[in-house]
Amino acid sequence: MLDVKGISKSFGGLKAVDSVTMKVEEGALVSLIGPNGAGKTTFFALITGFHRPDAGTVHFRGQDITGWKPSDIARAGMVRTFQIVQPFAGQTVLENIAVGAHLHHASRRDALDHAREVAEKVGLGDRLDQDAASLTVAGRKRLEVARALATDPKLVLFDEVLAGLNPSEIRDVIPVIRAIRDSGVTILLIEHVMQAVMSLSEYTFVLNQGRLIAEGKPQDVANNQAVIEAYLGHGMAERLKRQREEAGA
Amino acid sequence: MVNARQLVTLLVVFALIATCPFWVKSAPTMNTIIAVLYIALLGQAWNILGGYGGQFSFGHAAFFGTGAYTVAVLQIQFGINPWIGLLAGALLATAVALIVGFASFRYGLRGSYFALVTLAFAEVLRILSNSVSFTGGGVGLLLQLDRRFSNLQFADNRGYFWVVWAMCLACFLCVWWIGRSRFGAWLMAVRDNEDAARALGVDVFRTKMGAAALSGFFTGLAGVFYAQFYLYLDPSIAYGSAVSIEALLVPIIGGMGTLFGPLIGAGVIHFLSEMTRHFVGDVPGVALAIYGALLIVIVMFLPRGLISIDSVIRGGTSGRRRANA
Repeated sequence: MLDVKGISKSFGGLKAVDSVTMKVEEGALVSLIGPNGAGKTTFFALITGFHRPDAGTVHFRGQDITGWKPSDIARAGMVRTFQIVQPFAGQTVLENIAVGAHLHHASRRDALDHAREVAEKVGLGDRLDQDAASLTVAGRKRLEVARALATDPKLVLFDEVLAGLNPSEIRDVIPVIRAIRDSGVTILLIEHVMQAVMSLSEYTFVLNQGRLIAEGKPQDVANNQAVIEAYLGHGMAERLKRQREEAGA
Repeated sequence: MVNARQLVTLLVVFALIATCPFWVKSAPTMNTIIAVLYIALLGQAWNILGGYGGQFSFGHAAFFGTGAYTVAVLQIQFGINPWIGLLAGALLATAVALIVGFASFRYGLRGSYFALVTLAFAEVLRILSNSVSFTGGGVGLLLQLDRRFSNLQFADNRGYFWVVWAMCLACFLCVWWIGRSRFGAWLMAVRDNEDAARALGVDVFRTKMGAAALSGFFTGLAGVFYAQFYLYLDPSIAYGSAVSIEALLVPIIGGMGTLFGPLIGAGVIHFLSEMTRHFVGDVPGVALAIYGALLIVIVMFLPRGLISIDSVIRGGTSGRRRANA
């Protein structure tokens, strides 16, 4: 589905993304984690055409899409959402979603019908005529998801759709994400909420300082020494291990 | 559907306007109606790019003057019929709009940068038209008086009424279509958030270019009408900033990004300019000062234009919503 090889991007002297290679299989629900500033969002921007990579290639469904425009990549079936939600303020929820729906529905009526269906799926069905700017944070996150979904993507990239939500809101959104995957859409998500990463994803990539430092099943990755150190600092893996042994003994 | 109701309203309004030639007897009143329709056309043309597309042009005179000069120069220098000139003027104005658009949008100029680029284009064209001979230079062009239908000139100003009425209707129908089409949805998405639009598969550049072309086309039509109605052009009329300012003032006062805003704005602007002329005479600058004061009042109290007046009075929404009203 998605095949990224050795992709890199520098801003000035900073290597934001440094030779990252990643494969996502069709139908998978994969997560990308890492501390703040690890380069996750930049990685999303690179593969969706918002930034042009300095090196490396991106293949999507067998096609080389490196350097394509974001709109063409979206048309090919890969759509991203934004960490900082970007509603079309002043337009209604339905109009917002219809913008996405128009990608594959030329007529206004078809687009609106499709938008209604999608809104229903993500739980915005009762707020269609509300101004998007008046939604709560949780509502806006759902709107981000809905708009992306309305484009009928093959692969969606969710950039922290759970960030800023309270635990009960998170519990509401997780089944929505799972349902999207079950409907046949491949998902790659950036997430800080570990509860979600653990319960949702089957496979995890860990990015730190622009480099991929680990990958595997979420449980294995969580015990990976390099990952623990990336999050908690140098030497922490050792200390944790010792504490655990002492507690056990 | 909101859009179907809007279309009915639009057609009813234009049908009512169309009855004017049958009961309005005085020529000055008829001229007022013609002037309002012409200003509405100019404002609605700006509204396509500025109101629906969020690209604030300060130089619509570039398209207006091109339309006006095209029809005039073709007649005077080449003896080409103004009906053909009408089409040529609108298309050439479209071409200018596409060039200005390409120069700006290709390099992602937005906001005040875009405004400055359009202003610069209009100024360059003004200076050029002042210095080349086929436009008559600073002296301007006087179209030969020959009042015949085949010449797009009318002895009875009702003829002009029908021409500007038809142009205006075409432009308003186009804007109605924008409000209910994929192109329009994309255009408003680009206006409200370019990055989000791009992520959803909208080709931002092409969408803006489309809006520029439509806006240029109808502004060019307004220019053609001006030339045929007043039969005189000079560089500061055709390419001067007065036209650019009028074009943006009308939708801003009436309601940007709305179908009927420019019609309301045109009525108000024309009424004000006539009142000023009546009470102050021809003291220069007074009309502009009044426009300025009105603009400040509108921006302060009715940021969505006069069209939003009832919802503001009823204490409705906070003045943010501007799409599809």
